[in-house]
Amino acid sequence: MSTVDTNIESVVIRFAGDSGDGMQLTGTQFTNSTALFGNDLATFPDFPAEIRAPLGTMAGVSAFQIHFGSKKINTPGDESDVLVAMNAAALKVNIKNLKKGGVIIINTDGFDPKNLRLANVPEGQNPLENGSLAGYDVKLVDVTKITRAALNDSGLGVKEIDRCKNMFVLGLIYYMYHRPIENTIEFIKGKFKKNQVVADANIKVLQAGWNYGDTTETFANRYVVAPASMEAGVYRSVMGNEAAAMGLVAASVKSKLPLFYGTYPITPASDILHDLSKYKNFNVRTFQAEDEIAGICSSIGAAFGGQLAITGSSGPGIALKGEAIGLATMLELPLVIINIQRAGPSTGMPTKTEQADLLQAYYGRNGECPVVILAAQSPSDCFYLAFEACKIALEHMIPVFFLSDGYIANGAEPWKFPNSKDLADIHVEFVKPRNNEDEKFMPYSRDEKLARPWALPGTKGLEHRIGGIEKQNITGNISYDAANHELMTKLRQEKVDLVANYIPDQKIDAGDESGDLLILGWGGTYGALKTATQILINEGHKVSHAHVRYLSPFPKNLGELMSKFKTVVVPELNNGQLVKIIRDKYFVDAIPYNKIQGQPFMSNEVVSKIKEILA
Amino acid sequence: MTIEVTNKLTSKDFSSDQEVRWCPGCGDYSILKQVQTVLPDLGRPKEEFVFVSGIGCSSRFPYYMDTFGMHSIHGRATAIATGLKSSRPDLSVWIVTGDGDSMSIGGNHFIHLLRRNPDLNVLLFNNQIYGLTKGQYSPTSEQGKVTKSSPMGSLDHPFNPIALCLGAEGTFVARTMDRDPKHQQAIIRRGYEHKGTSLIEIYQNCNVFNDGAFEIFTEKSSKKEETLMMEHGKPLVFGENSDKGIKLDGFKPVIVNLNDVSVNDLWVHDETDLVKATIISRFYDNPKTEGHFPRPFGVFYVNNDRATYDDQLNIQVADAIEKYGVGDLDKLIAGRETWVVN
Repeated sequence: MSTVDTNIESVVIRFAGDSGDGMQLTGTQFTNSTALFGNDLATFPDFPAEIRAPLGTMAGVSAFQIHFGSKKINTPGDESDVLVAMNAAALKVNIKNLKKGGVIIINTDGFDPKNLRLANVPEGQNPLENGSLAGYDVKLVDVTKITRAALNDSGLGVKEIDRCKNMFVLGLIYYMYHRPIENTIEFIKGKFKKNQVVADANIKVLQAGWNYGDTTETFANRYVVAPASMEAGVYRSVMGNEAAAMGLVAASVKSKLPLFYGTYPITPASDILHDLSKYKNFNVRTFQAEDEIAGICSSIGAAFGGQLAITGSSGPGIALKGEAIGLATMLELPLVIINIQRAGPSTGMPTKTEQADLLQAYYGRNGECPVVILAAQSPSDCFYLAFEACKIALEHMIPVFFLSDGYIANGAEPWKFPNSKDLADIHVEFVKPRNNEDEKFMPYSRDEKLARPWALPGTKGLEHRIGGIEKQNITGNISYDAANHELMTKLRQEKVDLVANYIPDQKIDAGDESGDLLILGWGGTYGALKTATQILINEGHKVSHAHVRYLSPFPKNLGELMSKFKTVVVPELNNGQLVKIIRDKYFVDAIPYNKIQGQPFMSNEVVSKIKEILA
Repeated sequence: MTIEVTNKLTSKDFSSDQEVRWCPGCGDYSILKQVQTVLPDLGRPKEEFVFVSGIGCSSRFPYYMDTFGMHSIHGRATAIATGLKSSRPDLSVWIVTGDGDSMSIGGNHFIHLLRRNPDLNVLLFNNQIYGLTKGQYSPTSEQGKVTKSSPMGSLDHPFNPIALCLGAEGTFVARTMDRDPKHQQAIIRRGYEHKGTSLIEIYQNCNVFNDGAFEIFTEKSSKKEETLMMEHGKPLVFGENSDKGIKLDGFKPVIVNLNDVSVNDLWVHDETDLVKATIISRFYDNPKTEGHFPRPFGVFYVNNDRATYDDQLNIQVADAIEKYGVGDLDKLIAGRETWVVN
C-alpha cells in the first residue's frame, strides 16, 4: 500500500478515554518516545480526581495532551490537531478543543448504546451517525474488536485483553508519526517482568496497532515531525514534581546534610513523597505523618537537629501548616515549604491547576510573618528552584516557600540537565562545641545576612532553648519587652529583604527592555505567555515578557524594569494576586488579566487580551 | 597543658538561668526537681538531652532545664520530637505536655506517637484543668465539673489517659504523682531506660484552678487506702494496713480482704501482660463511689519487643545504601533515558 509522508513543524495530540483506559500511560509512553526521537515537547495530563469515576461517564474522562515539534515548544498547545476518543464521553468532553478539520480517531466500540447512554447522548444523536463530525477527518477503528482478535489465543480473559486496548492506539499513533516503538517494548517488558503472558499480550497489541496503520487505507497519510534544533547537549524528559524531588536531593548532596521530608499525602504533591521515598540511599528520610500539621512539625524537629528539612503539600495542607510556619519563622530555622498549588478554596478541584495561593504564601499566617517565596515556571525549572529554595533556607536560616502548580508538576518537557559539579555549593556551618571558659553561646546573635547560628543538640556547651514566644534579640531569652518585639519584627522582615542581595536580577524573557506593554507573569503560565509574546512581537507589537521566579523578596531591579513600559499586564490563573502585591509595592497601575477555570492559559487567548488592552 | 576534668553532673547543671515562673505551690515544681535529680545520674552528657514541649503551664518546662529545648506550639511537641528523634537517634528526647496539650489539641499526634514508638520519653502532666488559660475544663476533667467555661457543669465524658495510651499501642505506660518524689524518680528512670516511647502520666496538682484534684491519692491519710502501688511480680495489695488485695475472678477483678483470702491467691502484677494491663487501666472509678477500686500507680505495661520507629527508619536508610551504594547525584539527574542533541 502506498503511503504519503507529510512534513509538519509541530502537532498537538490529545489522548482521551475513560479513567480506566490507560490514557495517562499511553501519553507518557508517547512522550518518552517522542523525547528520545529528539522533538521538543510539552505535555498536559488532564484527569479527574476520582480514581475510578463511573465507567463511561463524562466525569470519568481522562485526557493527556502532547504538543511536539521540530521547533521550540513552550506549551502543550491551545487546540489539538488529533483527538483520540476511546468512548462517547471522551469525544463529548474534548471535541471543543479540537481544531476545525482536525483528525479524530474513534474507538467505535466506545459508541455502543450503553456508552452513548452513559455519556448522556440523546436517543438517535450518535455523533458517528448524525453528521455532527462532518467537518473533521474521522477515522473509525474498532479497537476493542481488533485487540480481542489479536489476543484470542493468548489465554487471557476478556477483561485482561481489553486492558491492552491502549497499546493498540499507541502503536497506531506511533505509526502515523514515525515514532520508534522499541522504547515502549522495553518499558512493557520491565513493567510486566513478573507476568510474561501480559507482557507478550501488550507487545503484540502494540505491534498490531502499528501494523493496522501500515495495512489500512485509512491511515495512508503519515506525518514526519523532524527532530527539533535544540541546544547541543544531553537531554532527558522530566516532569515538574520529579524535577523538584531531584532538586531537593541535589541540595542535600551539595550541603552535605541529610534530607528529611515530613509530609502528608495530597494531590498533586504526593509524587514528591513517592520519589523521595525511593532515594533513601541518598541519606533521605521520608516521614508520612498522621496529618499536615505533623508533617511540617516533624520537619521543624529535624531542622532543629541539623537536617535539610522540607515539608510539602498543596493549598489546603498549607492552610493547616500555617501556625507551624509561624513557629519556624520565630525559631529562625531553615525550612523549605513546598506548595503544589491546585484550584481552591477548600478542596476545590484537586486535579486542576491554579495559582491562587500566592497571597496565602505571602500573608497566610497570624502576626507579621514574612517568608521567602520562589515559584517555578516550568517542569525543569522545578529542579533549579527547589534547589535554590534549600540554598536560601540553609544559608539564611529562614523558612522558604517553593511554589509550583498542578500544571507544571504533572507536565513534562525535554531537559538539558545539569552536571552536579556545575550546581552551586551550599554553605552550612554549625556552631562549634564550647567549654565552660568560653563565652556564653548566644542563639539569636546574627551575621551579615541577619542569620542566627545553627547550634545542634548534642554539641557540648551550646545548650539553649528556642520557642514560639517572642525572643530577646541575641540572647534568645523570652521577652515581652515592647521595643524588642518591634525590633524583632523588623529584623525578621529585613532578613527576608536581604535575600534580594543574593538572587539574580529580573530579566526580560522576550522582547525589548522598553516598550508599550510588559507581560509580567509568574509560575506555570510561563510557556503560554512566552508563546503569546512571540506572536505579538512577530505581529509588530512592542510587547515584552518578564517572568518572576523570586516573589519574596522581588529582584532589586523589578521596579525599574517595569518603569520602562507604558503598561504592565499581570496575567494569572487566579482572581488577581501578584497584581495586588505589585501595585502595593511599586505603585504601578498594573492591569490584571485573570483566568480561574482550573485550566492553563491558551496562548491565543492571551494574544487576544493583550491586543484588546493595546487597542 | 590543660587536663579536662570531667566532673560528675549534678542537678544544678540541669538548672537554667531562667527564673521559674509557675504559681507558688504548683505541682510542676516537684516534677522539675525530680527530673533534675534523675538526669545527672543517667551517665549521659548533658548536651544530648533535648526537651520539647507544646503550650500550657507544663510546657514552660524546657526553659528551666539547662539542656537543649524547644517550647513549640500547642499540641505539636509530639510531632516535632518524632522528627527530631527520627533524624537524630543519638539524642535523648523528652516531651513535656499536659492533659489539654496532649489529649485535646494534640490528640491526633499523641496517639500516632504511641503507635509509631520512637525511642523518646513523654512526661504527661495531668492536672485535669486548663491552667494557663485560667480555668476551663480539660479532656480529663470529671464530667459535671463547674469551671469558668462550664458554669452548669461540663458535659464531656473524660478520657482515661492510661486506657487511651494502651489502646494507642503504647509500649511503656506508667502513672506516678507529683507528691511522691521517690516513686516519680523511679518511674522516670524506668521510662528513660525503656527503648521505645515511654508514656508517664503524672498526677499534678494545680493549686490555683483545680486544687486537691488528686488529694485523696496523695494525702498520707488516704493514700494507702485509695492507691494501688503496682510492682512487677508482686501481688496487688493495698489498704491502710496492706490488708486488701485484688483477685481475678476470670476476667473480673474483685477486691478481697486478706483476712479471708491468702495473698497467694491474689493477682500478681505482670507488666508484660497487655490483657491484664488493660483491665487494671480501667481502675478509674470516682473514689467517692461505693465499692470503687483503688487508683493504680506504677508501670501498667511494658513491651520490649516492638522495634522503635527511629531504628527502623535508619535501618532502611542503611540498607538502601548497602544495597544500591551511596546515591550518585549525576545518575539520579540523568534518569533512565537520555538522548544527545548535536
